[in-house]
Amino acid sequence: MTPDLAREIMDLTLEHLVLVGVSMGIAIALAMPAGILLTRRAPLQRWVIGFANVMQTVPSLALFGFLIPLPLIGGIGKHTAIIALVLYALLPVLRNTLTGILGVDPAVRESAVAMGMTGRQLLFEVELPLAARTILAGVRVATVTTVGTATIAAAIGGGGLGVFIFRGLASVDSTLILAGAVPAAFMALLADGGLGWVEKKFSPA
Amino acid sequence: MNPLVSFRNVSYRAGGKDILRDFSLDVAAGETIVLLGRSGSGKTTALKMVNALLRPSGGEVVVEGTPTSGWDPIRLRRRIGYVIQEAGLFPHFTVEGNVGLVPRLEGHPPPDIRTRVQTLLDQVGLPAAQFAARYPRELSGGQRQRVGVARALAADPPLLLFDEPFGALDPVTRVELQRQFLELRRRLGKTAIFVTHDVREALLVATRIALLHNGRLAVLATPAEFLRAPGEEARAFLACLDSQGPPS
Repeated sequence: MTPDLAREIMDLTLEHLVLVGVSMGIAIALAMPAGILLTRRAPLQRWVIGFANVMQTVPSLALFGFLIPLPLIGGIGKHTAIIALVLYALLPVLRNTLTGILGVDPAVRESAVAMGMTGRQLLFEVELPLAARTILAGVRVATVTTVGTATIAAAIGGGGLGVFIFRGLASVDSTLILAGAVPAAFMALLADGGLGWVEKKFSPA
Repeated sequence: MNPLVSFRNVSYRAGGKDILRDFSLDVAAGETIVLLGRSGSGKTTALKMVNALLRPSGGEVVVEGTPTSGWDPIRLRRRIGYVIQEAGLFPHFTVEGNVGLVPRLEGHPPPDIRTRVQTLLDQVGLPAAQFAARYPRELSGGQRQRVGVARALAADPPLLLFDEPFGALDPVTRVELQRQFLELRRRLGKTAIFVTHDVREALLVATRIALLHNGRLAVLATPAEFLRAPGEEARAFLACLDSQGPPS
């Protein structure tokens, strides 16, 4: 491996990490509060989960393509890629937040209310801690998926390890393809293992 | 003396059904009123109106002179201990965390809470040194229920509500906990409203029994009077006593 290639691997891995990190940060910041809100608004649950479901069924390359012509959010570059990745990551986090909280034993919730907990206390002291494991499982699935999907971001100029893969495909150079695929696979494995470890820290109730 | 809790012509409708109809009952301080009845008789509904978990559709429930609609529900609930079947303990809190919850919500200083929790655990027969740091899943059903009782007593509330607290326990443990209930009542002199479908339990713990049938108050009597109570529903419950005797 030439020093140039090694350097580029470093740079693109870092870029890839930023793509995944920013997308996951935004997805969590949107999906968790939305999920919590939905536990209080039962009629909306079908619609919002439905939207998130549809977003996940759109093939990823197509979704990136659809976003390009859109004004403001579209175009070529990182921000379009991040929007697509966020849309993908929403569903697992949203769904797991919802099912995690709704899965809290009704007797426990009733006790909490009957002890005189306020809505906030119920959420932060009972519902979220008891749902934490399920929510984290959603974050883990979303993160691992995003690491993979983010390689496609290169197709619309989003950068990241996908740059190697697309360049390798174009020049029929499997070394280049591997230079993108291997670090991406490692990143996915590390994310899976690390978040899985955090998840286990939250003992099942 | 003013009653501590007063049901005044309370009705409750849900899903097109009358769960409770024109229910009136005064609970004096120091009493243990048992709400006895079959499943669906409205007894748990009546209980949950006292701490405003449910709101009456008609009439009012007056607690310490103020209708529940006039109370801040948070303030009201922190003045009322609540014990339910299977205890409803917080699985992610230790025994100490569970018992000390209401004092903590009320902002008591941690050293006071610790002392209070120790006293309470001793009172319900669970030595703090051995049990305070355990989690609910590490306890037996009877021990969990004792923790539930200690938790309800934590803020020293004048009123306690029990919703079939011993229903899920084996018969031996149930009798132990009933004895402990009587012992605690003797010592602490709390007012209690106690829901059960077990007529033996009702006769044992009640100062007065309110028998509910199809959402109405059918009989209101002391245990001694209840044994001679007229009416089909009361007799149906009393018949359970005979059928539970030793085989002849």
